[in-house]
Amino acid sequence: MDGKNIKYRIGKSYVAQIVTTIFAFACVIPLLFILGFIIKAGITKINWHFLVSIPKPVGESGGGIVNALVGSILIIFCASLIAIPIGILAGIYLSENGKTRLAYWCRLCVDILQGVPSIVIGIIAYFWLVKPLGGFSALSGSVALAIMMLPIVIRSTEETLKLLPSSLQEAAFALGMPFHRVMFKVVVPVGISGILSGVMLAIARITGETAPLLFTAFGNPYLSFNITKPMQSLPHLIYDYATSPYDDWKNLAWGASVILLLWVLLLNIFTKLITRKWKVQL
Amino acid sequence: MDTSAKNSVITRSDLPLRVINSTPETIARAQKKVRRSFRQIRTETVFRRTLTIMGLIMIILVLGILLTLIIQSLPSIKSLGLKYLWGKVWDPVQDIYGAWPFLLGTLLSSFLALLISIPFSLAVAIFLGEYFPKGWMPDFLKNAVELIAAVPSVIYGFWGLAVLVPIVRNLENHIGVEPVGVGIFSSSLILAIMIIPYAASLGRSMIQMVPSPLKEAAYGLGATRWEVIRSVVLPYTKSGLFAGVLLSLGRALGETMAVTMVIGNTSLIPKNIFAPGNTMASVIANEFTEADKPVYLSALIELGLVLFLVTVVINLIGKKIIDRFTQ
Amino acid sequence: MESTIIKSRNFNASFGSNHVVKNVNIDIPRNHVIAVMGPSGCGKTTYLRCINRMHELIPGATSEGEMTINNENIYDMHPIFVRQKIGMVFQRPNPFPNLSIYDNVIAGYKLNGIKLPKAERDRIVEHSLTRVALWKEVKDSLNKKGSFLSGGQQQRLCIARAVAMEPEVLLFDEPTSALDPISTSTVEELFHELKANYTLIIVTHNMQQAARVSDKTAFFYLGELVEYDETKIMFTNPKDNRTQNYITGRFS
Repeated sequence: MDGKNIKYRIGKSYVAQIVTTIFAFACVIPLLFILGFIIKAGITKINWHFLVSIPKPVGESGGGIVNALVGSILIIFCASLIAIPIGILAGIYLSENGKTRLAYWCRLCVDILQGVPSIVIGIIAYFWLVKPLGGFSALSGSVALAIMMLPIVIRSTEETLKLLPSSLQEAAFALGMPFHRVMFKVVVPVGISGILSGVMLAIARITGETAPLLFTAFGNPYLSFNITKPMQSLPHLIYDYATSPYDDWKNLAWGASVILLLWVLLLNIFTKLITRKWKVQL
Repeated sequence: MDTSAKNSVITRSDLPLRVINSTPETIARAQKKVRRSFRQIRTETVFRRTLTIMGLIMIILVLGILLTLIIQSLPSIKSLGLKYLWGKVWDPVQDIYGAWPFLLGTLLSSFLALLISIPFSLAVAIFLGEYFPKGWMPDFLKNAVELIAAVPSVIYGFWGLAVLVPIVRNLENHIGVEPVGVGIFSSSLILAIMIIPYAASLGRSMIQMVPSPLKEAAYGLGATRWEVIRSVVLPYTKSGLFAGVLLSLGRALGETMAVTMVIGNTSLIPKNIFAPGNTMASVIANEFTEADKPVYLSALIELGLVLFLVTVVINLIGKKIIDRFTQ
Repeated sequence: MESTIIKSRNFNASFGSNHVVKNVNIDIPRNHVIAVMGPSGCGKTTYLRCINRMHELIPGATSEGEMTINNENIYDMHPIFVRQKIGMVFQRPNPFPNLSIYDNVIAGYKLNGIKLPKAERDRIVEHSLTRVALWKEVKDSLNKKGSFLSGGQQQRLCIARAVAMEPEVLLFDEPTSALDPISTSTVEELFHELKANYTLIIVTHNMQQAARVSDKTAFFYLGELVEYDETKIMFTNPKDNRTQNYITGRFS
């Protein structure tokens, strides 16, 4: 009877392992379906013309997404310009003054910020920038995206710097270096792979964000380089054209989806490479 | 830590005594060092202040968001009152604003998504955390799950619209509900896929933190692998796993684009889970730029305020649980 | 030149409410090697870190009393000046992992933004590395990262880094406790040579080391300076019972 019992228990253990494995890998199936479908639907639409021309009006086939590409690059560039310095400095602040009361509240706010739905950030950017400046603008979109980048950059900077041994800072201080040089010449360079991977993740995340741009950058069917005026972006173009009833526009959106996917994918791969390659041996 | 505030008086003790009798280059170098240092000291003070200001900015930012939402939703709070939250009709044309359809839509789609995703994310967490922490297969799974989180939500929405919605429509034909395709159910499916990574990766790191002596003790008593997982690993990590589920829920509640594209966008109360509806996020995305009346706009922002508060509370509880668990 | 370089009077240091250095009075002569020994937790390292104001980097750390270098109060100067005059070498070798050997030596200038002509830099690097007897070993691999060196070499690199700044005093916080015996003896030999140009203060819990390398020895116990005298006298004829007990190994 005992032997039977043990056999039953071992069998049950195996079944559980198999079921777990099946469920775990089942997650990958929809992902593969999604990626496969989008690449199949979109890859044929991509050619040189697609990358360098603006969308055609309804009824004409062809057209491209250059306005969205340029817009995405500009908007993300401006967002990074705002978020990276603030994020890294705030991250340094948190790792250096970890135990003060201000740091406690600051960390709490970063946590809160990380969970704020993107659509709410869009509302905020609308009231802080679009309304006072009297119109939709790429810049207000950049600010909204910058707010979304901040928690990721801050957290990765803080975590990275906290993991560095204190002997590193001591060595620098003992040479008579002032605090800012200790940070920028020693501590940050040694932790650069962690900080950079945070930055890249943040950029990858905002690349696909649409909701905060709906009421800020607003979208624009034409090519524009003026960040104080409405501007198109890749995810926004996909949203607009995917929900339109026209097949030509949907095809454009499929192509744009492939580009956006590649962009995000490359950023993620780069992040991995950076972490591996630039890791400083301690 | 603050070295500059204390003793910031600098006595110009120009050069190290030993240097004074040495070669001219040595003296020149020492002088250079001293001159340079005076400048550095000023920069250091500025730098310290800048850091503190950056810390303050984060607090101001979050308070600013809260205040902006409150102030902008004041007109709606004043004229509609608390009953706004359970008002069953949303008809801006008639100036009737009730948020209940969206609250219900949000809750239904999020919890349904959570229900669908939990077995999968738990399986991923156990698989990566306990069964196979290392090797090419778990690496592949880990990267794939990370990729799920990396795919932009608008792409999920687009795929849902093009592929998932027709499938769901077929299904609805079979079970005999109105075959619209778009609706709560479709958006729950999409959401379920999207939120798997959050609970899975957190759950995985929690499971990996289970002290091995605990597990070894159970193995030593003759427990099978599954019994160890059931009676040691899962009970030990349950608060952490719960936190992961909470963070997933926070994501689901606030997710906008994918939901907006497949939920059907109607302001009627969904009759069942296959009916079209709207979530708080999706109604804001759809109607914000069309809101032509101050109360209309303000009512939408009040939805944003509710969404903000709910997600903040959920996330903070989740973070608190994680903090307690990791300590 | 006056013979005393570092002088403390009634010097105290604490971490929060934990009083770890109590009323220390000491005169440290120029161009000597001073060993500071005592059981762990006796405040010797804290005292050492007070000399170049590294102590205050730890949150909650405070100090009071007089500490002078060349009769000037260290606590009236800006820490940056203090640390440029008083170099420090730590328990574990800590070369900057992102810098080459060359850049590690010149780090005090390079990272402080002090620009020097190439020839001058080369001279400093060669000079400093020669002083720590490392030049011959690394002159062909100056562009390699410092972390490729062995532990003993890394520690000498760290000494070269401190020497390059031309300080007056060099502080050593248990400089050989992380090294193997052979590296330890190389570093110890260095102390004799460095003495000609610098004043060396070495914290150690290793009595033999103190006896081998130092001219004078200070014995700390429970935060107090119990005895401070010529090393020979300390080890042959200590005046205080506690020193006697420590040296004969009755407590450690």
